[in-house]
Parts: sequence; C-alpha cells; structure tokens
Amino acid sequence: MTDSPSTAGSTASTSTAPPRRNPAAGPVRWLDERLGLAGLAKKNLRKVFPDHWSFMLGEIALYSFVILLLTGVFLSLWFDPSMSEVAYDGVYAPLNGIEMSRAYESTLYISFEVRGGLLMRQIHHWAALLFMVAMTVHMLRVFFTGAYRKPRELNWTIGVGLFTVGLLAGFTGYSLPDDLLSGTGLRFVDGLIRSIPVVGVYLEFLVFGGEYPGDAIIPRLYIAHVLLIPGLLVGLISVHMLLLVFQKHTQWPGPGRTERNVVGYPILPVYAAKAGGFFFVVFGVTALLGGLFTINPIWNYGPYNPAEVTAGSQPDWYMGWVEGAVRIMPAWEFELFGLTWSMNVFIPAVLLLGLLTMVLAMYPFVERWVTKDEREHHLLQRPRDTPVRTALGVAGMTFYGLCWVGGGNDIIATQFRLDIYAITWFLRFAVFIGPVIAFIITKRICIALQRHDQERVLHGYETGVITRSVDGGYAERHAPIPQEEVYTLTSRDKVSVAAIESGTDENGVESPHRRSAQVHARASRFWHGDQVNPVTDDQLHDENHDSHAELESADDRFRGVSETGIPKDH
Amino acid sequence: MRFLSSRRRHPLAGLVVLLFALTAVGGLYTALAPEQATADNAQTDMVEGGRQLFIVGCASCHGLAGQGVSTRQGANYGPSLVGVGAAAVDFQVGTGRMPMAKVDTQAPRKPPVYNEEETEALAAYVASLGPGPAIPDDEYLDISDVTDEELAEGGAFFRTNCTACHNSVGAGGALPDGRYAPPLTDVEAVHIYEAMLTGPQQMPVFSDEVLTPEDKRNVIAYIKKIESQPTYGGFGMGGIGPVADGVIAWVVGLGAMVIAAVWIAAHGVRVAKKDEGVQR
Amino acid sequence: MSDRMEPYDASASEVQPQDGRGMRGGAVPNPGLPEHQLRPTDVDEGLEKRAERQIAAMFGLATILTIGFCVAYYTVPEDSTIFGWSGLNFALGVTLGSALLLIGIGAIQWAKKLMDDHEIVEMRHPSVSSEEDRRVALAALSAGAAESGIGRRPLIRNSLLGALGVLGLPAVVALTDLGPIGDTSKVASTVWRRGMRVVNDVSGVPIRPEQVVQGQLINGEPAVLVPTGDEERDEELGVLHGAELLAEKAKAAVILVRMRPEEITATEGRENWDVDGIVCYSKICTHVGCPISLYEQTTHNVLCPCHQSTFDLANGAEVIFGPATRPLPQLQLGLDDEGYLIAMGDFEAVVGASYPTMRQS
Repeated sequence: MTDSPSTAGSTASTSTAPPRRNPAAGPVRWLDERLGLAGLAKKNLRKVFPDHWSFMLGEIALYSFVILLLTGVFLSLWFDPSMSEVAYDGVYAPLNGIEMSRAYESTLYISFEVRGGLLMRQIHHWAALLFMVAMTVHMLRVFFTGAYRKPRELNWTIGVGLFTVGLLAGFTGYSLPDDLLSGTGLRFVDGLIRSIPVVGVYLEFLVFGGEYPGDAIIPRLYIAHVLLIPGLLVGLISVHMLLLVFQKHTQWPGPGRTERNVVGYPILPVYAAKAGGFFFVVFGVTALLGGLFTINPIWNYGPYNPAEVTAGSQPDWYMGWVEGAVRIMPAWEFELFGLTWSMNVFIPAVLLLGLLTMVLAMYPFVERWVTKDEREHHLLQRPRDTPVRTALGVAGMTFYGLCWVGGGNDIIATQFRLDIYAITWFLRFAVFIGPVIAFIITKRICIALQRHDQERVLHGYETGVITRSVDGGYAERHAPIPQEEVYTLTSRDKVSVAAIESGTDENGVESPHRRSAQVHARASRFWHGDQVNPVTDDQLHDENHDSHAELESADDRFRGVSETGIPKDH
Repeated sequence: MRFLSSRRRHPLAGLVVLLFALTAVGGLYTALAPEQATADNAQTDMVEGGRQLFIVGCASCHGLAGQGVSTRQGANYGPSLVGVGAAAVDFQVGTGRMPMAKVDTQAPRKPPVYNEEETEALAAYVASLGPGPAIPDDEYLDISDVTDEELAEGGAFFRTNCTACHNSVGAGGALPDGRYAPPLTDVEAVHIYEAMLTGPQQMPVFSDEVLTPEDKRNVIAYIKKIESQPTYGGFGMGGIGPVADGVIAWVVGLGAMVIAAVWIAAHGVRVAKKDEGVQR
Repeated sequence: MSDRMEPYDASASEVQPQDGRGMRGGAVPNPGLPEHQLRPTDVDEGLEKRAERQIAAMFGLATILTIGFCVAYYTVPEDSTIFGWSGLNFALGVTLGSALLLIGIGAIQWAKKLMDDHEIVEMRHPSVSSEEDRRVALAALSAGAAESGIGRRPLIRNSLLGALGVLGLPAVVALTDLGPIGDTSKVASTVWRRGMRVVNDVSGVPIRPEQVVQGQLINGEPAVLVPTGDEERDEELGVLHGAELLAEKAKAAVILVRMRPEEITATEGRENWDVDGIVCYSKICTHVGCPISLYEQTTHNVLCPCHQSTFDLANGAEVIFGPATRPLPQLQLGLDDEGYLIAMGDFEAVVGASYPTMRQS
C-alpha cells in the first residue's frame, strides 16, 4: 500500500513521506551529471496508460519478439547454414548414413545432442507463430476500434510494415533447417519467382545463385533471417513504440474520459508491474508450449530431396491463406508477345500478397477521404458505431479465412472424409460470395446494436417487473440506466452524410471538382447511411417523448435503482 | 417402498428408471435371444473350405467363381479375383476391409469378420483361381535384427515411395472423391508387406522385383520405428503438421494470453467502504 | 442532413472532466471520473498480509523451479522418456515455463492487490505544434534553402539530382553476380539422354519390363543421379554429387506406371513412347515444381499434394483438375540390348513450373 495519493492533472508523484534522503538520489545524480536525463525521466516515469485487456495484444507481439531474439541467439550458436552435403553420423538412428546438408545436420544436432536444444527450437518456433497471431489480433483490434485515425495513421502504416516483415521473418526462419517440408515450400517459392512476368527465370537464377536448389539459398535466407529482418524489425518496432509513447495511447469513452485527457495508471509502479508481469506470463506460456507440444519435428520429414514429398504439405499458419489462394486458383496461363504469363501462380501468390499490404496500408487515408474527418481522435469507437467499417473488416476477415481454409483443404478432406475437389470448388465461389454476405449481415447487426443502445438510453433497462394498467394492458417497467453508462453510450460523434451538390453555381458554371465531389458524396452515403446518431441531452429530457411505463420511483412497491444501477429489492 | 416413492420426484429419478429399463431389456435379450447359427467349417480340404466361405460371404459381389460382377452400365461392382493371389486376400480379409459393410468408393479398415483359419482358407481358395502373389515368408517380416543402415535405407524408400500418399509419419492423406490413403499405425507387418505387394484399391503395386523383399522389410522396420519412437517434443497432435500447430497457437497460445490479459485489466473485487483518503 | 463535417480545432478549450454544462450540439454532459472504490486488501490488514505471503510464495516457488531447471539440465538423461515424450525436454520446458509464469502472476497480483490503484488523469497535448513553432520552423527551412542558393541555381540542383538518382544503379548492378543469369537456358533440358537407363530411386537397380506388374508405380531416376554408396563406382559411372546432383534431380525425376495398353490414349506422335503399357512421365509438377507420387491405380490419375493438380497418365498426363496449366512432360522409353528400360532422349517439353521465356527454349 502506498501512502502517496495522486492528483488530477499532475504528472509527477509527490511524496508525503518525511524528508529523508531518497536512496536513489546518488545514482540518479551520477547519471544526470553525464546524460541530463532527469528532464526526460520527470515527464515519463509517471506517464499514464489506460487499462483494458484489448490494449495488451500488441504487447504479446512485442514480448514474442523479445523471446524470438533470445532463443534465436541460442540457436545461432550451433546452427550451420551451409548446404554442403554430409553423411549423417549422429544419435538419431533412422537417418544414419543418409546424405543431408550441414544445415539439416546441425538442426538435428541441436534437437538431439544439445541439452535444451530441442526446447529452444520449439520455443523459438512457437514464439514465431504467436508473434504473427498477436500482430494479427492487435491489428484487428486497432482496426475495429478506429485507433488508426489521425494522428495515428503513420503508426498504422508502420504496423502494416511490421506485419509484412514478420511474414518474411517466419518464412525465412522455417526454411533454414532445409528439411523436406520447408524445402517443398522453397520449391513453391521457386515456381512463384518463375511466374513473375518477363523476368521470372532470371530472377530465379539471381535468388538461388543458379539453378534450383543450388547451394546459396540457405546461407542467403540465414543472413536475411538473423541480420536484415531483425534489424528492420527492431527499427520499426522502436518507431512504433516511440510514437505510441509520444502520442499517448487511445482509450475507451467513459465517465471522466475525454478527447483531451488520458485516464489510467502510471508507468511506475502499476503499469510496469502489470506489463512486466505480462511479459513473464507470455514467456512462461511460450516456454510451456515448447516443453509440451511438438512443433516442426524435422527428423520425421527427412532432409530435403527434390524427388520426395509428404502428404499434407503446408506452410506455417500465417502463409496458409496464400497457400489456399494458390490451391483454389483455376488454371490460367496465356502467351503474349512470345512470353508465357502464368497468372495461375502470379495472381494468388504475388499479386494478392502485395494487394493485401497495399489495401491495409492505405486504408486510414481512404477512410479519411470518405468521412472528411480532419479531427484528432483519441477516444476509441465501438465497432457497432461504425457499421460500414466493421462490416468491411468482417468481409475482409471472411475472405482471408476462406483462403486459409483452402490452405488446409487436404487436411480437412482427410479428417472429415470429404471430397477434396468439392472443397476446392466450393471455396472458388465462396471467396467471392462469402465476403458480400458477411458484409451485409455484419452491417445489419451493427445497426441493430446501435438501435438497441439508443433504446437503452432513452427508455432505460428492462426490470422484469410487469404492471397491469387500469384498462387491462400489460407493460414492463423500465428503470433508467446509470448516468455513467448514458454518457458512455452517447459521447460519440454525430455523423452526417455529405450532400450531393448539383455541382453548378447560380450562373450555370460547372465546378472543376464536380466529378470527384459526386463520387465522394456517394461514398459518404455508403459509409454513413443508416447509421444511428447518439442521443442528445435534450432528447433525454424531452417530456413529450413517448414512453411506455417509465417511472421515477413513483410507486412505493418499486424502491428505485441503486447507484450502480441495480434495482433495490423488487 | 416408501424409500422409492418418497423420492419419485427426485431430479435423478428419471435417469434411474431409464438405466433400470435399459438393463432389464438388455438382460432379457441376452437370456432369451436365439443362438447364432455357426458355419460348418470342419472341412479337411482347405481350398474347399475356403470355397464354402467364399460362396456365403463373397460371391454376391465377386461372383460364384470369383470372376467379378459388373453393374448394368458396365461399371465395376466387385472386381475379379482371378490372379490377385493369396496375399491380396490375406490383406483384405485380415484387416477387415473385406467383406465390405456397404458399397462405397473405398473399403475402410475394421475389425476382421473371419478368424485366422478362415482367412487362410479363403486365401487358399482364391489362390487356386489363378497364380498371384503369395503370403510373404516370415523372414521378410522379422524386423528385430535390422541394422541402422538398413533402417535408414528403409526410410529413404519410405520417403520416396510412400509419404506422398501416407504422410511422413504414416498419418494418412487425402485422395480425390472422398478416398484417402489410410494411416499406417497399428498395422501388422504382414499386412504392410501385402499392401505393397498387391496394391489394394487405389494403391499402386510395388512388385518384389523392383522393391525387393529385403527393401520391403526395411520399409516396414522404418514404419514401426517411427511409430514406436517417442514424439520427442511433446504432444504430437496426430502428426499432421503446420495446420495443427496453427490451431494450437491460436486456441491454446492466444487463448491463455487473452485470459491473462482480461485478468490483468479486470476491475477486481471491491468493498463498500468509502475511500476517504483521496483527492481528485 | 446537409451539414458537412467541419474541421475540428482540437486546441479550442472545451471539454472539462467535471463540467456538467452543455457541450457541442447538446451532448450529454460528462459525469466525471467515477469514485474510486477500495479493495479488500485496502481495508483488511489480514487480507493484505495474506496477499503479500501469496505473492512471495509464488516468487519463491519460481526460484525453486528455476533451480530445478538447472538440476534437470545436468541430471536428466538425454534418452529418458515420459508420456512417450522426451523426458529432458519435458523437464526443462515445464520448470522454465512454470517459473516464468509464476513470476509474472506474482508481479501482476502485486499490482492488482497491493499497489495503489487510483486512476490518474493526464492531459494530452495536441499533436500539432504551436503556430509560433511552425512559423519559426518554416522560416528556418526557407532560410536554409535561400542561403544554399538552391532556388537560384537550377543547374546545380538538377545536375545534383541527376547524379544522386543514378547512384541507385550501382546498387542494382552490383547484384548481377548473385546468379549466372546467362545460363538460364539450362532449365529447359535435363540429364536424360538416349540410352540412359531408368533405375529405381534409392536402390539404383535397373528395370526390366517383366518385373513391372499391372498397376505398379516406380519412382525412377537416371542412373547418374543415384549414388551407389561406393565412391569409386560412382566415379566410374559418372554419378553426380552435391548441389549439381540436387539441381538435376529436381528436373530429371520420373514416375513409371504400367497400364493395360488398351487403356492408354497416346498423344499424337507419341504412340510408341511406351513399352508394353509402361509409360514414363516427369515427376515434377508443372504448376510450381513439387514432386508427384500420388498415383491412383484404378483411375490412373496422379495428384500433386501441394495444390492438388491432377494429371491423367492414361491420356498424355493432361491436367484434369487444379491450377496446373501444362501436362506432365513425357519421356520416351525403349529397351537396351540387355532388356533394361532406357530413355530414348530428353523430355519433349520443359520440366517443372512455367516461366516467361519458356517458349523460346
């Protein structure tokens, strides 16, 4: 228990302890005399962070990255990325005498002859999967709550960059052991590079150092994986965090919370303890996964051999949607200008990935153009309060999810005894129809939820007490919801659709921006149409407003509502 | 009686009555049901004995002389068994695939209907219809003295010829039209050998001249080794690879961490006492 | 509904946490931060002490588990098993993971139960700097530009831009030797030559037609791609090694299947490319290059496990499903004087994934 209460608006702690010399004073002075950090520390040591579980998803990604760095260093002490052929001579009997690359051999060595090696390999791989999972859910959270709006568009773009680089990190990483499964994936990448129009085969020779597979690709992937990509990630993460600290975190609307303040706990001590504790929880869960669940048992797959393959070949989960898109793409290849254009590979594997990144990165700017909202936003929006954005997000998730299902279509066929061709045909249509259906359903659900909120604010909540009127009609009593909740539900922005102007002034002269203005007006109607605006203060207190059996504790059998909104014994 | 009647409205009363009724009906059936007729298989001639079994259990699909039965459209209803050999019969009947319970694209493995003696008799009969692969000798099924080198070679054969359908650890794989390559776990060595030799249903044949009996033995040794060795890293999740890993990462990994996050940010238990020492 | 959204000036003073009076457009007033509520550990000293003990116990247990990790590392034998898993991996993972988890839970409990949990309010500063600062910054920019004279000296500016722009080229040019792009025609041909024996992969035994049974599948290679295990013999036969072996194997691997001759519909011009119903096709899928071994005897289709492209081997390996666009290339089979199967030449089409300059090879 501390004995120093905090005051509103203050950012420094004031100690009410007796004037004893602070034990930290000496070291702080030593550092300050050399680095002058006291000013920085003064502002930031008691910085406030709002508290909500969904704000911790990005932390999971950050901590997973730290775990990856730590376990990665361990692995790099024994891993040899060379592709020179050796005959295996280690403790794993079923591969005795088999020709394999040094990369594969050193991975076997780490797994079976370095104590703790298998654990570190597994923690590393689980952390990689969790890194991508966390980034995905964090991105979805930021998207659905509108946290990417001004002034945070740049942070969003950096985040999209992190997501893409993370994909590359994962791919380069799991290809390093040069086993049959990841080697098959590398073969797929070889075909993918070949499909790039005009320059395909030349690019293939540049990347692989000659014909596939060559002996250069694993060392090159290694350098990308341990130097270039982590460097990029560290840089991007640092900027991402700096912006977060500088701009301060967003918060949910609620009593006492406005666009101009942040309400929460100070870094020191509460947030540091919670965030630091969460780091250990993430690390602990990942380590337990590494100790209890097998992942990537490369000794079962065998060393890479271009004439061998295993049924149920899939990449790691985060590449699953690309794999699915490639599987369901129909065969489409044509010749033009004497060149072969392999659209069956190029479109799903290269174009789609690029498209996803572009769409994600540009999204905040597109939305801003539609809503023409130039204000700063620091309060989050509930997904239901922006029906079209939420519906678009769900439609996107549906598309992604269906491609993902496609990536595992043979596993689904085996486990559920379905016809694999039927699954593929179904998905070919579902990836187009599914998102449309998802959009429509989601939008209607959001608007319905908004109307429900409006009902709640205007008419209060249902108490379950039924009254019968003098002329025999039954009605349920409603009690008003607490003022805090009224505020939370109504403190969002009012929105309006941009008018479709005629585009000509009174002299009949056409405005030069008439076209784009009309396009914009249509977009605005698409975006804001059907949306329910928040209840205003006047509407709340409107005496002429029609109400059904509302009451204000007029009846002595109903004793009213407690401060927390719970009706007192009825 | 009062004990029961006073509890007739107990919440579990219905369950007790149900259990009693099931027990009663089951017991009565067991006591009163007629004896099953047993097949008379005390024939001295094994081939003749096999023929008798064949006529009863197999001829409706395979023809009275094993010549096969076609549908009216000319499609295959039950294939001809002339020349499939004793090995094929031993495999199909020994793994319970035959007799098929219902007409389907693929015969699933199930508990065998015929015992060892009957299976031998059937195999002898079908072998008499035409020359075909014989049941393998025990020397090629004995994997107890396989050297590490032979084990590794068996693995190389396995990865080249088998994993494309059956998967790296023999977990099985998908084929078109709802067919599948079955998992290889818990299959007897003799049946693995016979499957390679006779190519049941969709599986291709691996003749003894190309994949020699020694090679086959090494493949079997590798399969058994993979099956019996520890799944070193922990739960194997069926050996189906990255798809299962993704499921665990999302459900177990993310699930645990989100639960932790919700707990961290939860408001917690509060007391009614007023907080006097605060200024805001 | 005709009002457009006006740009909102964030710096305008307005919303106060405790102000009950009107806001923009008649919005409901902010009731202010809810009152802080005490926790049981704030009022009851016994509970407080108990929480303290619990947290300390968690940290203590974590310490013990961490030491347990170190002990397990040195004492658990590497070949031990538990539940059918590696005993060492299990011991190390569970001790380390539990220790970390307990530290985390302890720290969080400390924050939740014992640390001061009054919510604090901190004011934001608008993202945009003050008018004054912006003006001064812009002025500094202009002063710098003016003093450099870049505006007045277009010749310098343009030639500089030109020189810097072109600097991107060496970065690209210097990467040319990443791979021998002059040799890309190699992908269009394989090691298969007339007279080369087809052998069984891994074992290297040559094949006679009599040894191949109806419905049989053979994964085959040219003899030079299967090491015999004896270095001298390999030298004699010209067997390839290392990267060269893998590169050629990735193009030359084949599958042979035997069907009844009446089942085969040969492609025009290739009617005699089989031997007694034994046909030979490339094993490498024409989609993106995965090897195909999944042969279904009764339908004579092969299914690629990567993206489910399906080829009908009785019909010139035509694509009947999936994203592949070209049939599998066929290898013409013949017999040598000893009666073994041999290739009569290279494949009639490019092996593996399509590439843009394919038609010119």
